Amino acid sequence: MIFSGASDATRAPWRDMRHVRRLAPVAVVVGALLAAMAAFVAAGGYSPAAAFAALWSGSVGSWYAFTSATLVRAVPLMLAGGAVAVAFRAGVFNIGAEGQLLVGAAAAAAVALALPMLGPVAIILSLLAGAAAGALWAGVAAILRTRFGVLEVISTIMLNFVALHTVSLLVRGPLQEPTHVYPQTATLVERVQLAHVPGAGRLHIGIFIAIGILLGCGWIFRHTASGFRLLAVGESATAAEIAGQIDVVRTMRQAFVASGALAGLAGAVEVLGVTYALYENISPGYGYTAIAVALLAKLDPWRVLLSALLFAALEAGAGAMQRDAGVPSSVVTIIEAILILVVIGVQALRARESPVISSHDPARAAE
Amino acid sequence: MNAQHAATASNIVPAFELSRIDKRFGFVDALQDVSLVVRAGTVHALLGENGAGKTTLMHIAYGMVNADAGTVRVAGSTVRLAAPLDAITAGIGMVHQHFTLVPTMTVAENLALGGRGRLSRGTMDASARSIADRLGFSLDPNIVSGELSVGAQQRAEIAKALSRDATILILDEPTAVLAPGEIDELLRWLRGYVAQGNAAILITHKLREAVTVADDVTVLRRGRVVFAGPVAATSVESLTRAMIGTTATTSPDEPIRPAPVGVTEVVRADHITVTDREGQVRLRDATFRVRAGELVGIAGVEGAGQRELLRALAGRARVSVGSLSRPTRVGFVPEDRHRDAVLLNRSLTENVALEGAGRRRGWMDWGGLRARTSALMQRFDVRAIGPHTAMRDLSGGNQQKLVLARELAFSGGEQHPLLVVENPTRGLDVRATGAIHEYLRHACATGAAVVMYSSDLDELLSLASRVLVVFGGRVHEATNDRESIGRAMLGLPNTT
Repeated sequence: MIFSGASDATRAPWRDMRHVRRLAPVAVVVGALLAAMAAFVAAGGYSPAAAFAALWSGSVGSWYAFTSATLVRAVPLMLAGGAVAVAFRAGVFNIGAEGQLLVGAAAAAAVALALPMLGPVAIILSLLAGAAAGALWAGVAAILRTRFGVLEVISTIMLNFVALHTVSLLVRGPLQEPTHVYPQTATLVERVQLAHVPGAGRLHIGIFIAIGILLGCGWIFRHTASGFRLLAVGESATAAEIAGQIDVVRTMRQAFVASGALAGLAGAVEVLGVTYALYENISPGYGYTAIAVALLAKLDPWRVLLSALLFAALEAGAGAMQRDAGVPSSVVTIIEAILILVVIGVQALRARESPVISSHDPARAAE
Repeated sequence: MNAQHAATASNIVPAFELSRIDKRFGFVDALQDVSLVVRAGTVHALLGENGAGKTTLMHIAYGMVNADAGTVRVAGSTVRLAAPLDAITAGIGMVHQHFTLVPTMTVAENLALGGRGRLSRGTMDASARSIADRLGFSLDPNIVSGELSVGAQQRAEIAKALSRDATILILDEPTAVLAPGEIDELLRWLRGYVAQGNAAILITHKLREAVTVADDVTVLRRGRVVFAGPVAATSVESLTRAMIGTTATTSPDEPIRPAPVGVTEVVRADHITVTDREGQVRLRDATFRVRAGELVGIAGVEGAGQRELLRALAGRARVSVGSLSRPTRVGFVPEDRHRDAVLLNRSLTENVALEGAGRRRGWMDWGGLRARTSALMQRFDVRAIGPHTAMRDLSGGNQQKLVLARELAFSGGEQHPLLVVENPTRGLDVRATGAIHEYLRHACATGAAVVMYSSDLDELLSLASRVLVVFGGRVHEATNDRESIGRAMLGLPNTT
C-alpha cells in the first residue's frame, strides 16, 4: 500500500513517532469501548463481569460460538462492508446497502424457489440474480445522481424503505409459502442451499465467497487501472477529470453498480446459506452495520475482513449477553455506535495534529 | 474606532503590531521571534519565499492560528485573537489568497454572512450596494458568487473583509489572479483606503508591486525577519537578496525565438468556436497556428475566453464549430493546482499515475511508475523524501514542479509534442518560478510547442515567442510589446 510520509528532513522526527502514533488510537478505541460498555452495563444494574463473560463465550469463547455465531454473521457484514467500501472509495456515499441486500435476497430466493431441480446451477443463478438485483437497485440511485443531480445519501436511504416494503409485499403475495399462513417464502430445498463447512457448525461456504471477493476487491484497488480510477475520483473528481482525463460519471456509475452488486450478493448468500427462506426481518440491519464496518476498515477491502469479524463478534456476543446475563443487546448497539464515533474522532484528531492549517493550501501554510 | 482617532494616534502608536511571535508545528519552527509594525495610513508589504512563514503569520494576525508566544496589539492595546471573530471585532479584515465565498450564495448573501439578528433580502442588497459604493467597486449584489469572474470574486472578498468596518486590511497575494489594469485599479484603491487613516498589509511575491505601492516592508526568510524598514531605504535588488538569501541569479529574460515558417505545425486551429457548459459561446471563430519549438503566450483579462481556448487545445473542452488539429496527447498544467491537477492526499507516484489514467487499461505498473516518479523528481529537482511522500507534504513550488514534470514527459521518457500551461507560476516564489521557466524553455529547445496563459504580462513577455490576445472571445495576434498587448487585452485600438 502506498502511504504518506513527511516531506523533508526537518520533519523527519514525525516518521520515528509514526508507529507509536498508529498504535495509540487502537489502544484508545479498545480502552474506551471496554469502559463505556462496563459503564452502560453497570448503569443498567447488571454485573459487568457476567456480561463480559457472556459476550466472550458467545462470540469467540468456543469453536462453536466462533464458527456458528461470529463467522456466520461475519459473512453478510464482509460483503456489505465491501459494498460500502467500494462506493465510499469513489466518493459515492451509498448508504443503501441494506436495501440492496434485501432486493438481492428476494431475487435469490425467487430464483432458487423457481429452479429447485437445477441444484448447484440454481445456486449460481441465484447468487447472480441477487447481485444483479442489488446492482439494479443501486443503479437507480446512480442514474438519479449522475443524470439529475439527486444526492445518493437521500436516494439510497429512501430506496431502503422501498426495498423493505417490497419484500414485505412479496412474502405476502407472489412469493408466500403455499399454505399462505406465514409472511415468508417456502423453505429452500437442500439441493439449492449453500453447503456447510465441515466441522464448523452452521458456517456455510458463503464465507469463502465473501473472503474471495474482498481479497479480489482489495487487489483490484491496488493493482488495476479501474481501481485506481475509483480512488482518484473519490479523492478529487475535478483532478480526476482534468489531470487524469477520467470519465467521472462513468466511474461513479461503476462504483454504484459494483457496490450494489456486492450488497445484493450479501443478501443472496444469507438466504441460500443461513435463512433458507425470505422473510421481512431477514437482515438485522447488516446494511447499516456495514457502513460502520467499512469506516473502521478505512475503506480498504482487506481490512474489511477484520472489521467485519469484530462487528460480527460483538453482535454474536450481544445475543449471548442477553440470553445468559440478561443484559439487553441494545447495549452492544450503543457500543457499536460509540466505536464509530471514537474512530471518527480519533481520525479527526490525527488530522488536526498534522501540521496543516488551511484546507486550501496546506503545503504553504505548513511551512 | 474612527479614522480621525486613528490618524491622531498614528504618530505615537502603530495601528497594528505583532510582537515577538513564535509558532511551532510539531517539530518545525514556522515562526521565530517575528515582529511586525504597521503604521496607520500606510501599506506594509510582507515579502518572503513560499514557506517563509508569511501566511502563517497572517493567520495568526487574523486569529486562525494561535501563536505559541508573542502579542498582538491593535492601536496600542493588546488583543487576544483566539478566532477570526476576535480579529474582526478588533477591526482586522483579511482577503485570502484562495477565495472564501460560498459559491452558491449571492454576493449580498456572502456579505451578510456572520451578521446577527433578522435578515431580509432588501437590507442585504442595500447594505451590499452601500459597501460597494463606499469602496468604489462595481459589484452586482444579486449575482451568485460562483458565476463571478476571478477579478469580481476578489472585489467581493474585499467588500466582505471591509463590510464590518475593518481599519486593518490584510491581503494575501491579491494580484496573483488579476489582469494588469485590474492590478493598477486595486493598488490605487488600496492607497485611497490607507489615505483615510487605515492600514494595510500586502503579502506579495511581486517585488516591483511592493516597491511601488508600499510604504514599509518586512521580509521573512525561514520563519525569521531578515529585513524591516521603509521602502524608500531599499531597492528591488536588496529585497531580492534578503528574500532568497543570495544574490538572485536573474535568468536571461530573453523570449524564446519564434519558430521559422516551415517548421512542423503542432496545432492548426481553423475558425474554432468553443462553448462552455451552460452553452454560452466563450471563444468565437479563432484561427491560429502553433509550431514546434515555440512558446505562444496567451493574454487576456479574466473571462475573455482564454480559459476555454486553453482547455480546447488541451483536449479538455469540446470544439463545437471549426476544425482543430492537435496531438492526441497533450500535457496540461491547469491554473488551480489543488482542484484540477493533484490528489493532495495521495503519494507522488499516484499523482504521476494520474496522467492518462482515463486511457489506461489493465494493471497498474506501480514499480515502473515509482521508478518514473523518482526519475522525474531527480530531473526536475522536486524536493521530497521519496515517491511515497504525500502530495500535501510538498511546498507549492515542488508540487508545481512535479505537475509540470508529469505533463511534460510521456511515460516512455519522450516529450509530449504540445504542452498547455495556465498561470504556471501563480503563487510560487522567485526560485520556483525561475525553475519552472527554465523547464518551459528547455521543453521548447527540445522541440515541444508550449502554449502558456499568464495573468502576469511581464512573465508572458519574458518567455513568449509571440503573443495571442483574447478579448471578448476573439483571438488576435499581437506585437510583442507591453503597451499594445495591454491595449488589446482591454479591446482598445492600437495607437501606433
